[in-house]
Amino acid sequence: MCKEKTSKLLSIVFAAAFLAACGSSDDEGASGATSDTSASSAPVEQTSTAPAAALEYVFYFDFDQATVREDSRAALDAQAARLRGTSSKVRLEGHADERGTREYNLALGERRAKAIANYLSVQGVEAGNVEVVSYGEEKPVAEGHDEDSYAKNRRVELKDL
Amino acid sequence: MIKARRWGLLVVALLGMFALNARAELTIEISKGVDNPTPIAIVPFAWAGPGPLPEDLAGIVDADLYRCGQFRPVSRNSMLSRPSEQSQVFYRDWRAIGADFLVVGKVTQVPGPKPYQLQFELFDVVKQQRMTIDRAAGDVSQMRDIAHYVSDVVYEKITGVRGAFSTKILYVAAQKRGRGEFNYRLYRADADGAREKLILESSEPLMSPAWSPDAQQIAYVSFENRRPGIYRQHLATGRREKLTGFPGINSSPAWSPDGQRMAMTLSKDGNPEIYVMDLRTRALTAVAPNRAIDTEPQWMPDGKSIVFTSDRGGKPQIYQVTLANGWVERLTFDGDYNARARLTADGKALVMVHREYGDFHIAMLDLIRGKTQILTSTSLDESPSIAPNASMVMYATQRGGQGILAAVSIDGRVKYFLPSKERAVREPSWSPFLTP
Repeated sequence: MCKEKTSKLLSIVFAAAFLAACGSSDDEGASGATSDTSASSAPVEQTSTAPAAALEYVFYFDFDQATVREDSRAALDAQAARLRGTSSKVRLEGHADERGTREYNLALGERRAKAIANYLSVQGVEAGNVEVVSYGEEKPVAEGHDEDSYAKNRRVELKDL
Repeated sequence: MIKARRWGLLVVALLGMFALNARAELTIEISKGVDNPTPIAIVPFAWAGPGPLPEDLAGIVDADLYRCGQFRPVSRNSMLSRPSEQSQVFYRDWRAIGADFLVVGKVTQVPGPKPYQLQFELFDVVKQQRMTIDRAAGDVSQMRDIAHYVSDVVYEKITGVRGAFSTKILYVAAQKRGRGEFNYRLYRADADGAREKLILESSEPLMSPAWSPDAQQIAYVSFENRRPGIYRQHLATGRREKLTGFPGINSSPAWSPDGQRMAMTLSKDGNPEIYVMDLRTRALTAVAPNRAIDTEPQWMPDGKSIVFTSDRGGKPQIYQVTLANGWVERLTFDGDYNARARLTADGKALVMVHREYGDFHIAMLDLIRGKTQILTSTSLDESPSIAPNASMVMYATQRGGQGILAAVSIDGRVKYFLPSKERAVREPSWSPFLTP
């Protein structure tokens, strides 16, 4: 539209200005993105650092032990969260592996079920909503005579009533 | 090591038992016998008919005496004569085949409710004299009882110990129906496994069958209400009664020697404890309560103290408590796990589940000398029960991945298995003598 020489010069000037503007707008975009990121990462409210555990209903025990295992705690916490403050009733069924006498294993199964009941109670679950029963070695889920089967049978099962 | 003739006898005995016990679920296998069993000839009893005898009575006596391991019945094929009464006995016929003792008999039919009458005689072949003559009678359903009576008489006359061939056993069978779900059955059978009779069936666990001292009643634990309760049942009428249904454990029923009280395990007060219930008033008394697991009570024959299992020392061991003053004394010091004691009738010894070096065995503890003797070579052994004449101990074990019953003599020398053809069998309980 203008004279050829002047228009070329003006084009270069405009291009340079445009590039300069683009460059600065990039920075603005970057800082804008940064500010967006920091805005989204700012916590709205306090939550636990671990994600919520999937609900488990069977808890396993070590040989001759009735203490709640470390690896059961997260699952038990999730159950406690589900049951706490509700009128939901549950039944804890304690079991033992086949080694030893049947009557003593009834007592061992009860110890395990009570250990789980105590844990839930400490987590705020109403004790009156939790029933404890032991089946000893009478209801095995695995019938082999090996450590693998024994480990599967040393358990407490939580059942909704 | 085993002579051909003894193998032949074993095959004959087993085949005979299969034929006789066609409806029985348990069969007998001998796995080890004494070194010098007493040879004895049981001549097939004479019978004039009509038709064959409903049971091979002499064959049942053969099997009884063979099963206890102390006798070697002579093969019928080697018998040179078949006497049925004293006048027909020629001692040289029996010395010739090496028999030390001889039993003969004859069955006659008599009018009345007990149409089969047996007269039998026992002879000492070496001394050439008759030791006893006796009679037994019954109807067709009592034929096995007649044979076991003969075995009892023969055993007592020769050994001086009362025979236990006429006794019964209780046991539990379980059949899987799903994951962690079983059908449970409580059975009663003869001590040789014949005439198995279903007492109770349940889709929830049945445990711990126990005989009353007069053998008229039994007690057991049933989870039929989805919680364990102690029940007692009158055998002849089937009438049953729930004795306990407290929260927590209700288990281990044990009748006192006078039949008036029952010891049991209850955890209603916080942890498993021994209680004694007065069966007339239902009053409960806690025995030596503490923070440990106490269970598996058994009465001493004088009814004044109770032997039980406790982990108050860390691991299960056997203790004795005097009821009058609550004084507790520990009985077991060998092995790292001792439980479920069963006392001999005289209270001088007990059998128990015993663990040493990892395996569970049945062991006997001599209470006078404090010595422990391991009786079994199988592992995963549990639930010992003593015959009322203290000659044998029956217990539950595993074989081929299946739960079976086994028996061992109190000195550990003679062993046999009672394999089940169908089910996982466990928790045998040997009856008292059925007659005083």
